Amino acid sequence: MARITLSNLRHSYYRNPKGPDDFALKEIDVTWEDGGAYALLGPSGCGKSTLLNIISGLLTPSEGRVLFDDKDVTNLPPDQRNIAQVFQFPVIYDTMTVYDNLAFPLKNRGVGASQIDSRVQAIAEMLDVTDMLSTRAAHLSPDNKQKISMGRGLVRDDVNVVMFDEPLTVIDPHLKWKLRSKLKELHQRVRATMIYVTHDQTEALTFADQVVVMQEGEVVQIGTPIELFDRPAHTFVGHFIGSPGMNILAGELKDGGAFLNGHNVALEGPVSGTDGAIEIGVRPEFVEFGPGGLPARVTNIADVGRHNVVEARIGDIPIKAKIEGDIPEVGSEVGVILKQDQTRAYRGGWLATEAQS
Amino acid sequence: MKTENQKAWFFVLPVLFLVAFNALVPMMTVVNYSVQETFGDNLFFWQGLDWFEQILRSDRFHAALGRQFLFTFMILIIEVPLGIIIALSMPRKGPWVPVCLVLMALPMLIPWNVVGAMWNIFTLPKIGLLGYLMNDTLGITYDMTQDPLAAWITIIVMDVWHWTSLVVLLSYAGLVSIPDAYYQAAKIDGASPWGVFRYIQLPKMKTVLTIAILLRFMDSFNIYTEPFVLTGGGPGNSTTLLSIDLVKIALGQFDLGPAAAMSLIYFAITLLVSWVFYTLMTKDDAK
Repeated sequence: MARITLSNLRHSYYRNPKGPDDFALKEIDVTWEDGGAYALLGPSGCGKSTLLNIISGLLTPSEGRVLFDDKDVTNLPPDQRNIAQVFQFPVIYDTMTVYDNLAFPLKNRGVGASQIDSRVQAIAEMLDVTDMLSTRAAHLSPDNKQKISMGRGLVRDDVNVVMFDEPLTVIDPHLKWKLRSKLKELHQRVRATMIYVTHDQTEALTFADQVVVMQEGEVVQIGTPIELFDRPAHTFVGHFIGSPGMNILAGELKDGGAFLNGHNVALEGPVSGTDGAIEIGVRPEFVEFGPGGLPARVTNIADVGRHNVVEARIGDIPIKAKIEGDIPEVGSEVGVILKQDQTRAYRGGWLATEAQS
Repeated sequence: MKTENQKAWFFVLPVLFLVAFNALVPMMTVVNYSVQETFGDNLFFWQGLDWFEQILRSDRFHAALGRQFLFTFMILIIEVPLGIIIALSMPRKGPWVPVCLVLMALPMLIPWNVVGAMWNIFTLPKIGLLGYLMNDTLGITYDMTQDPLAAWITIIVMDVWHWTSLVVLLSYAGLVSIPDAYYQAAKIDGASPWGVFRYIQLPKMKTVLTIAILLRFMDSFNIYTEPFVLTGGGPGNSTTLLSIDLVKIALGQFDLGPAAAMSLIYFAITLLVSWVFYTLMTKDDAK
C-alpha cells in the first residue's frame, strides 16, 4: 500500500508533440492518500485510461514523475510496481480453474504453496466464490469472471494500488449494483488504495471518497461527491454530474450585477473580474416556479418517476427544473425563481463567484 | 401451439440435388465398382467384399499407407509449430501487416502442379538452382531422382513451403483477436513469455488451430498433384503415397474393382481420423 503522487505529469502519443492539443494528458498534479478510494470520472477520450496506464506502468509518461510513497516508479515495468488492474472486459485465463486463476499472480512470484492456498481461500471467501474454486474459469458468467479478475488483483498482500478501468461495462444492470457494493465492502476490508475509472457518475459517486473529474486531458476538479454536486468548479463538472446536469445560461455582468435576458439575477456572492459575458449556473434542483420570477414559457415536461423535469424558456434561453408536486402546463407563462445561494457565475467555464458563508 | 412449416423442405431441395449429383451419385458408382469385377464391354460380375479383403491384406497397400501417414505426420509436426512461430513474430499493427499477409499468401496462390514443376526444376541436379548449389558448389550429393531420402526431404520441404502459410494465417487471425487487456493483465500478474503463450495465446488460438490442423491433415493425406509432378512416386516406390498408388491401380492397371475398394477404405480412414481429432479437440468446449 502506498500514497501515490503524480508530479507534473504530461503525456502525448506523438513523438514530437507540437502544441497543447497533441497532449492526451495536460499537466496533472495529484496526490492520492494511502488506503483511499478514488474515482477518475470523465467522458470517453478525456485521458482517464491514459492516466491509469501511466500509474500501472503500461505507459511511460512523456514528462513528469509517478511516485509510490517516496519511490520514483516512473520507469518501472508493471510487474515491479506491485499494482493490480481490473479491465473493462473480464480478463481470465480460460484454461485454468478459478483456483489456478487466483493463484497465478502468486505462483509467478514464487510464493510457497501453503501460503498461496491460504491467500486464495481467503480471497475466494471475500468474493463469495469458494464453491466455484474447482470449476473452469471459462464457464463462469461475466459478473463472476469480473470477480475473479478482481480477486487476482487482491490476492497479493503487497499490492500498492488496485485500479479499475470501467469494470462494470459488461455486467448486467441488476448485478452492477451488487458488484459495486461488493467492491465497496472489499475496499473496507483490504484497505488498499483503489482507483476507479468510469464515465458513469453513479458508479464514481457511490464508490469513491474523492472524485477526480477530467476533461480533455485536464483535471477540472477534485472533491468529494457532495462538493462536486454543490459547487462545481467548472461548468463541465456541473453539466456532467447530475441528472439532468446543471443549467448553464448565457448571461452578462454589468455594473456589478448579473443579468439574464435583461433581468437582474441574484448570485451567491460577488463576482471576480470585469464586466462582460458570463455563464450563470444553477442546478435544476434549485429552480422553482412562482410569482415574481423571471418570465418564461414552459416548452416540455418529462415525467421521470419521482419527479418531473420541466423545460422552459426565458426568452431564448432554455432552462430545466426538477419539480416535485404541482407542475405547470406546457405552453403556460411562468415565473422562474433561482435559489440565490445555489446560483453561481462562471467565466470561461471556471467558477467566478465567491461563496457567502 | 407451434405449427410445423413443411414448406421449409422446398428450400433444402436445391442443396439436396447439388449434393446428390456432386457427391452421392459419384460415390455410389465407386461403391458399385468396389463389389464387382469387370473386363470391359460393360460386363460385370459380383465379387462381394473380395476386393476389400485383398486390399486390406496387400503389402503394397500397407506400404503406401505407411508412407502416407509418415508424410502427413512429418509435415504436421513441422508446419504447425513453424506456422505458430511465424504468426507470433508477425507485427500486430502497422504498415508491415499487409506486406506480411501478402507474402504469406503467395505460395498458396500458385497452382498445385506449378508448385510441383517449380520444385522439380529447382532441385534437379545440374540444371536446378538448388541442385547445382548443393552438388557442384557445396559438394553435397543431392539427387531426388536417385536417392529416396533426398526425394522425401524434397517433397516435405515443398509441402512446408506451400502450406505453412495456411497455419500462419489462421494462427495470426486467432492472435490478433486477443484484446490488449489480456497482455496487460499478464504483465501485471508477472507472467513469463512462456506463460503468456501457454495460458493466453494458445487457448485463444485453439479453435483456429484445430481447423488449421484438420485442413492440413485432410489436404496432406489426400495429396497427389505436387509429389506426382515432382517425383512421380519414385525413385522406385519410395514416394508413392496413397493417392499416387490409387491412380496407378485405377488408371495404370485399370483394376477398377480393387481401386474402388481402395478409394472407399482411403476415404474411411480420412474421415475417421478427422472425426476422432475434431471430437478430441472440441470435447472440452461442450462441457
